[in-house]
Amino acid sequence: MNVLFVNLAGVALIAFIIWWFWLSRPKAQRVRKNVVDIVVEAGTYTPPRIEVEAGKEVTLRFLRKDASPCAEKVIFESLGINADLPLNTPTDIVVTPVEAGEIPFTCQMQMYRGSLVATNESPPE
Amino acid sequence: MNTIRLSLSGMSCAGCVSRVETALNDVAGVISASVNFAEHTATIQGDVPVARLIDAVGNTGYGAAELKGVEDEGEKEAAEMAHYRKLLQKAAVAAAIGVPLFVLGMGGLLPSLDTDGGRLFWFIVGGLTLGVLVYSGGHFFTGAWKSARHHNANMDTLIALGTGTAWIFSMVIIAWPDWVPLSAQHAYFEAAAIIIALINFGSALEMRARGKTSEAIKRLIGLQPKTARVIRTGVEMDVAIDEVRLDETLRVRPGERIAVDGDIIEGHSSVDESMLTGEPVPVQKQQGDPVVAGTINKLGTFLFRARRIGKDTALAQIIEMVRAAQSSKPAIGRLADKVSSIFVPTVLIIAVLTFLAWSNFGPSGQASTLAVVTTMTVLIIACPCALGLATPISIMVGVGKAAEFGTLIRNGDALQQAGRLDTIVLDKTGTVTEGRPSVTRLVSTGDWKQDELLRWAASIEQGSEHPLAEAILDAANDRQLTLLDAEGFTAIAGRGVVASVQGRRVLLGNRQLMRENDVETAVVEEVAAALTQKAQTPVFVAVAGDMAGVIGIADAIKGDSHAAIRRLQGLGLKVVLLTGDNKATADAVAQQVGIDQVFADVLPQDKAAKVASLQQQGERVGMVGDGINDAPALARADVGFAIGTGTDVAIESADITLMRGSLHGVPDAINISRQTVRNIKQNLFGAFVYNTLGIPVAAGVLFPFVGILLNPMIAGGAMAMSSLTVVSNANRLRFYKPGAES
Repeated sequence: MNVLFVNLAGVALIAFIIWWFWLSRPKAQRVRKNVVDIVVEAGTYTPPRIEVEAGKEVTLRFLRKDASPCAEKVIFESLGINADLPLNTPTDIVVTPVEAGEIPFTCQMQMYRGSLVATNESPPE
Repeated sequence: MNTIRLSLSGMSCAGCVSRVETALNDVAGVISASVNFAEHTATIQGDVPVARLIDAVGNTGYGAAELKGVEDEGEKEAAEMAHYRKLLQKAAVAAAIGVPLFVLGMGGLLPSLDTDGGRLFWFIVGGLTLGVLVYSGGHFFTGAWKSARHHNANMDTLIALGTGTAWIFSMVIIAWPDWVPLSAQHAYFEAAAIIIALINFGSALEMRARGKTSEAIKRLIGLQPKTARVIRTGVEMDVAIDEVRLDETLRVRPGERIAVDGDIIEGHSSVDESMLTGEPVPVQKQQGDPVVAGTINKLGTFLFRARRIGKDTALAQIIEMVRAAQSSKPAIGRLADKVSSIFVPTVLIIAVLTFLAWSNFGPSGQASTLAVVTTMTVLIIACPCALGLATPISIMVGVGKAAEFGTLIRNGDALQQAGRLDTIVLDKTGTVTEGRPSVTRLVSTGDWKQDELLRWAASIEQGSEHPLAEAILDAANDRQLTLLDAEGFTAIAGRGVVASVQGRRVLLGNRQLMRENDVETAVVEEVAAALTQKAQTPVFVAVAGDMAGVIGIADAIKGDSHAAIRRLQGLGLKVVLLTGDNKATADAVAQQVGIDQVFADVLPQDKAAKVASLQQQGERVGMVGDGINDAPALARADVGFAIGTGTDVAIESADITLMRGSLHGVPDAINISRQTVRNIKQNLFGAFVYNTLGIPVAAGVLFPFVGILLNPMIAGGAMAMSSLTVVSNANRLRFYKPGAES
């Protein structure tokens, strides 16, 4: 009975891991501003998903609070952008998503992950 | 007066703008302050500490931080050092609890759980270990939690789950010892503490080692002076580098570093450009010559006009290019990237499967303990960092090292491709040769001395604009010869020039000019023939109807071209010469530098097609040219090398830019590329093997066969060492020396 319970719990846990980390995505934060603050802290970009309007220029202002060297760079591979993030100093990265779609950004080792979601609809006020 | 930029946060409406502006303008020392609502920034002019401005904004209920344009490496290093010390401190605290527990446990000196006193002891130890987890390992837990909330998992997740599981399992055993058989009653507090100590210690060492990987870029940034001496309304003053304006006049004194790019308008000196080009010999500079930021003026003093400032200077562009290249990844690293991105959730699933396997099939009485221990070990040993670091850290060191000797590599793909080339196509003019005619030989006849021959030749060439005349005048100038007055200068098209010097008629030109004026050339014919054979142009000089000598003029082969080509051949590359010159000239040059295959009479627009034809034969072709005329061929090649003298070379135009102007940059780039790619392969191999062997062993696959289980503390040590090993291996590339063939 115990082993059966453990096995069922284990299978449920595996299903949860697959769903949480691979199948579901964090809710995108829709922004209308042309400047978005992104905090780099404790292994994360906050907010991790930012929804913007395609074709419009947006300034992503990264503020790195994480002293770990893992956080020292942010890379938008699909846009060819590599930027250093000095500690406690805001760093602006200006991007213009040309068309609708997702633009991931990561640290050098792909452990810190975030994405810019460009949509064709204008986000609400 | 300084300009300070702040980034502002918390502003929601345009009404906030005036509040912030008023607050900033009220700060003593502020001359003007303006807020840009769209950008959420404030620009302040005045002499005032930044902290006071940030406080003023803070008092209005908004947030502010300084936006910096110029990087302050000192500040960065101080922050890194503080983090390094903090990591060591955390490691020491964790070790102070974990090591005594481990040593006493090994000696069997710790109380057992079957007495009340023993349980109390273990509760106290549990409390102390919790303190360690909070103080020394708290950042792993917050990182893990925040990542999980963002549907992300990273190394923190694995460490937090591993050590957290050890602590909870141990507390359960202490609280309810009857749940597990006596033989399995073992608390893992020492494991949790030692793992935290080892990982913090490993991170500190890794941070130190990583600091060394960015030495090259730090060195380049360090070349930028902080101040410049400008002349404004006739007054000389030192200003911050950001305040230098275009077209402003700057003074450079002996030993000073040049602040911005510009052209000398007064004075002369020699300038050490080695830090940018790798060229050790200082370059002579005089009025009209360009100077670039970051280079060092030697003994003279000069004034120059600022032509490029700020991010437009050659130095700023080089820094930008090196930095971008250091962050780019070649194709070889993409698999590791894909694996890294799914690594942690995969390990979590393996950990759950391990737990289930041991729970179902573990030895009776010990199954639950072994299930927990192996799960913990799997979580701890898995190291996504080694995998993720393997490629970027080597690229960082390799690209930086290349920049140190004047070779700029555009990106990771160019770096990887350069090492795989099997054919190098060299443009002739300006690449193998100097790219301008110069006097290569002086042969005088009769009583004429070489210097006198050159003085007379240069004297009548003063009025000529022919490229050959320029070569003769340059040679006379190099020998510091004083020229004589020439009269009655006449240029005869296709023949040469005629003029009178000191009342004597001087002829300078080709054989035809001599024959038409009945000058006997037999005495120099042998020399002239030898010159022609070497693709050099013989220029005859006759004075008062008699032959005075012959001057050999050619686009001279660079002194080190032959040696560099030999190095390329030594690296197993086929070397081809490509030129628009006629076959005889091309063959003569090819023979002198040891090249067998020649493409001559190739029009500039056909050079790319020649490269393409070699590629169609299955060859991976590197093209070396001047970056401007050869741009299409450079773009067509698998790797385009732009070669230039000094910092004038167009660094935007090629995959690899050789600022030294020497062909040695090509074998150097190929060498460093091969070594870097080898280094990446070693790192990737190590990281993959480490994880693919380490995880199954941690899960206990060896147990059924040889009865071995991995101690979770050893797993912690291995994990801490794995990424340190990758960084240290990459650091070996720092010791590469140009010219050292692999």
